[in-house]
Amino acid sequence: MKVRLVDIAHARSGDKGDTANVGLIALRPQWYDLLVKQVTRERVAEHFRGMIDGAVERYELPNLNALNFLLHGALDGGGTLSLKTDAQGKVYSTALLRLVLDVPDDEAKTLKLPAAG
Amino acid sequence: MKKVVRVAAGQGFWGDDLDAPRRQVEGGQVDYLMLDYLAEVTMSILQKQKERDPTLGYARDFVGAMESVLPAVVERGVKVIANAGGVNPAACAGAVKAAAEKCGAGGKLRIGVVTGDNLLDRLDELLAAGHALANMDTGEALSTVRDRVLSANAYIGSEPIVEGLARDANVVITGRSTDTALTMAPLRHEFGWDKESWDQLAAGIVAGHIIECGAQCSGGNCLYDWRTIPDLANVGYPLVEASADGTFVVTKHPGTGGRVSVPTVSEQLVYEMGDPRSYITPDVIADFTTIQLLDDGQDRVRVSGIKGRPPTEKLKVSIAYQAGFKAVGTLVYAWPDALEKAELADRVLRERLDRLGLRFDHILTEFVGANATHGRLAGDQSDAPEVQLRFGVRGSNRAMVERFTREIAPLVLNGPPSVTGFAGGRPKVEEIVAYWPALIDKSVVSPVVEVIQ
Repeated sequence: MKVRLVDIAHARSGDKGDTANVGLIALRPQWYDLLVKQVTRERVAEHFRGMIDGAVERYELPNLNALNFLLHGALDGGGTLSLKTDAQGKVYSTALLRLVLDVPDDEAKTLKLPAAG
Repeated sequence: MKKVVRVAAGQGFWGDDLDAPRRQVEGGQVDYLMLDYLAEVTMSILQKQKERDPTLGYARDFVGAMESVLPAVVERGVKVIANAGGVNPAACAGAVKAAAEKCGAGGKLRIGVVTGDNLLDRLDELLAAGHALANMDTGEALSTVRDRVLSANAYIGSEPIVEGLARDANVVITGRSTDTALTMAPLRHEFGWDKESWDQLAAGIVAGHIIECGAQCSGGNCLYDWRTIPDLANVGYPLVEASADGTFVVTKHPGTGGRVSVPTVSEQLVYEMGDPRSYITPDVIADFTTIQLLDDGQDRVRVSGIKGRPPTEKLKVSIAYQAGFKAVGTLVYAWPDALEKAELADRVLRERLDRLGLRFDHILTEFVGANATHGRLAGDQSDAPEVQLRFGVRGSNRAMVERFTREIAPLVLNGPPSVTGFAGGRPKVEEIVAYWPALIDKSVVSPVVEVIQ
């Protein structure tokens, strides 16, 4: 079953120099493990391919049901050097939420995941 | 010792809601008002102001804020802690004192002035002594930009603020303190936390991180359930009710808008986060993977479990330097084929700049409404009702950037059709002040506090 990340998580992002961070938080605690399994560093790097110049790092915060991604080279130089509208990476969060996951039907049913509409 | 100490946040950055400090001290009981004014490049703006006028160089909004909270400070003993001093904390204290005297409360303020963070005049001495101050992100040596440095300040910790409070200051003004120290210091002072009480200090830092962006933890900029967040027009700024054991509750005053909940606090916790296990400050390294959040009733979140460990022997230094010039021009193209028209305008403009012999370090084109924030992830936008062409250039040659700004308006008559949105006039040339993060040995930075009456 296709599941949109925007339907199972919320997020906030910010900046440090030319790096944007995206904190991704499961909308329900029982959905956190699915994020850990599916929203991998590789998957996120592929999602943002061509949009960022550097590597992607991922950190886990099970206590907040959250993952933290660092997107290096995401801000056109960052801070005041950047010519981007989103020079501070404020809305990379929602760009990550565009990700669509493929979840086995039985798992989706057990977790009561909302289907992509 | 107080059982519970209430620290309220009244400013999340220089430019935040001017009336929030007053609302925070009048809306309910608070012991401390914490005001954070400094973002990464704020120091350089203040440095420029000080160069023009040696009596300036601090966040002037703070003087107005102090006037608005003066009755609470004088009559109810609310203490104020702010990093409003910028590159001139003494002048800031002088202005606050003058304002208080005008209100007949001059004798009631004891102002702690924290200095020692400013390294600008010591840069060459420090470089000569072998402190490289290399860029933390790129590794480049400071010598590459040394002659363009505008300001240099070490991020200092809670120590001098705690000392100011111990010497009975009721207002403490700092320069480049860490944002989080402004909240942690009063807790450390009130609860007598030892400088090796790592878990408590880390808890104070986490409390600071949660409230340092003002309403961003109490319903502002909150994606979770955003439609249901009540009364943002009257959004309540956050406060923490802290206990000696390092646990605290995040809440806001009754009768205010916004929301404090596990999701609103979680969003703020991950904001600008790096490695969550190592949130490094001058006082302590906090481990954000140990934070436990619990719903504690309406607009109350209980925070506990926080672990800390000893800090490093380095301080972060915020250096600002002149990095050339930039300008951004915009035009709006309307349906049909809005995106295609804007794309043609982009090509035409690039060719014209090239023919004019203008050279830039960087040109960036965005099509707002199609790809500016989500890039190719936004998908096909060829039928968009309108698209804004947003064209930016950056370079070290001011004249070339200036010349670019005259090439936008002509496109209205001599470029692709269905174009509008140029009423704002020519784009402005901006001087770029860029941020250079570096590290320095703690041993060479000695913050001091002076208490003036």
